[in-house]
Amino acid sequence: MSGLRVLAGPELTSGAESFADHTQRLGTPQSTGRALVETLVRSGLTGRGGASFPVGLKWRSVIAAKGSPVVIANGAEGEPQSHKDRLLMTTRPHLVLDGAFIAARTVHARQVVLYIGEEHKAGWSAMARALDERPEGERRIARIVGAPHRYVAGDSSAAVHLIDGGVATPTTTPPSTHERGLDGAPTLVQNVETLAHIALIARYGDAWYGSAGRRGAAGTVLITMAGGVNHPGVLEVEAGTTVEEAVAMAGGVTEPTSAVLIGGYFGAWVQAAKAWELPLDIASLQARGLSLGCGVVGLLPAARCGVCDTSRIMGYLATESSAQCGPCFFGLRALSDACSRIAERGANRDDLARLKKWAIEVPGRGACKHPDGAVMFLRSALSTFADEFAVHPAHWRQQPA
Amino acid sequence: MKTEMQLTIDRIKCDGHGLCAELLPERIRVDDWGYPIIAPGPIPEHLAQHAQRAVAACPTLALALARIARSK
Repeated sequence: MSGLRVLAGPELTSGAESFADHTQRLGTPQSTGRALVETLVRSGLTGRGGASFPVGLKWRSVIAAKGSPVVIANGAEGEPQSHKDRLLMTTRPHLVLDGAFIAARTVHARQVVLYIGEEHKAGWSAMARALDERPEGERRIARIVGAPHRYVAGDSSAAVHLIDGGVATPTTTPPSTHERGLDGAPTLVQNVETLAHIALIARYGDAWYGSAGRRGAAGTVLITMAGGVNHPGVLEVEAGTTVEEAVAMAGGVTEPTSAVLIGGYFGAWVQAAKAWELPLDIASLQARGLSLGCGVVGLLPAARCGVCDTSRIMGYLATESSAQCGPCFFGLRALSDACSRIAERGANRDDLARLKKWAIEVPGRGACKHPDGAVMFLRSALSTFADEFAVHPAHWRQQPA
Repeated sequence: MKTEMQLTIDRIKCDGHGLCAELLPERIRVDDWGYPIIAPGPIPEHLAQHAQRAVAACPTLALALARIARSK
């Protein structure tokens, strides 16, 4: 299956598109400089790594900051359920590289770092081969650095910390990486999907970008369909496509669905009945207190237990704390333990009260957004599965992972 | 321009010694693991000296007082 824009072109199963084929299909991007920055601002493109930061504004502040900038293409993709970034790097590496080098020319960067998840072997080798095909002037300023297989490794300050100092742990902000990043230089960290969209906007403009999109939304988004759908995997959909439409594109549900996880592990559970009509668009989701995050849409079959799955994911997120900030390290572990006590031994009022108390106290008290994302996820579970949390039986062992 | 004092904390440096909460209980309490929870908002004039003492006492230099432009 091929996609609409960033995944358009040859069959995805045929692997990476070569530089020759890529250039023949799409031509060379023309737009750079101030005009491109304004085009990006007008397009409304936001970052696709999870934080949804407006791209044009980030570029403006990198240009305005003092020093010679650096560009980091972020292909860490630490979110276990997400596959879009590795698919993009594996099949359309030159679109990502176009975006990275356009960014470098536009902000006058002296180096480009391709920050790729070490576990994404196919994506890594496709990107390395693609880089070898690029002109000498681009190859000279670019290098690949491996992102460790950790959830927080994709955080932009963690990326800078790893490349600078060899440790992929987030650092205290401010300053943000676009003010002071690698070697203290302003650093533009941009997700690989974002760069691919930029590569096309630099060719066709913001009006073209906005010509895709439904229900008032602009552009296309890569989403990963997971859980109870017949064809799990990556889809490129028009922004504003509803969950129901996306599920239909993924071959429909395998069995009745009780809840949908929107946005991955930093996202939120939504009751299935309320989820179907949700438009997959950053602004519309934000208006409902939700987030598109990295674009994971996970369907929970009604036969599975939401409390047990939440407990399992909280255990993972607690383990993935970089253990730098007390409220995150101890708080997430305590939240995860309370969840698993409810899951293993059954509902009890004390643990439920603790969960509710800590879910208010923990967020906003870490150097990065890890505790905030984990707690947002937990709070959505406490409301979506309120009945299940209140009467949960001790059935952990009957639930296969 | 009018300014006001605000407590900021470097969460990575903070090790939860808890001296700040002892010295400035009006604005700081500790969570169940001993890490400070700082009340939002500026430090009122009459607590400024206590806040400065809490900052000075922080063994990891995690706590700081910042002077910021007054929000309307």
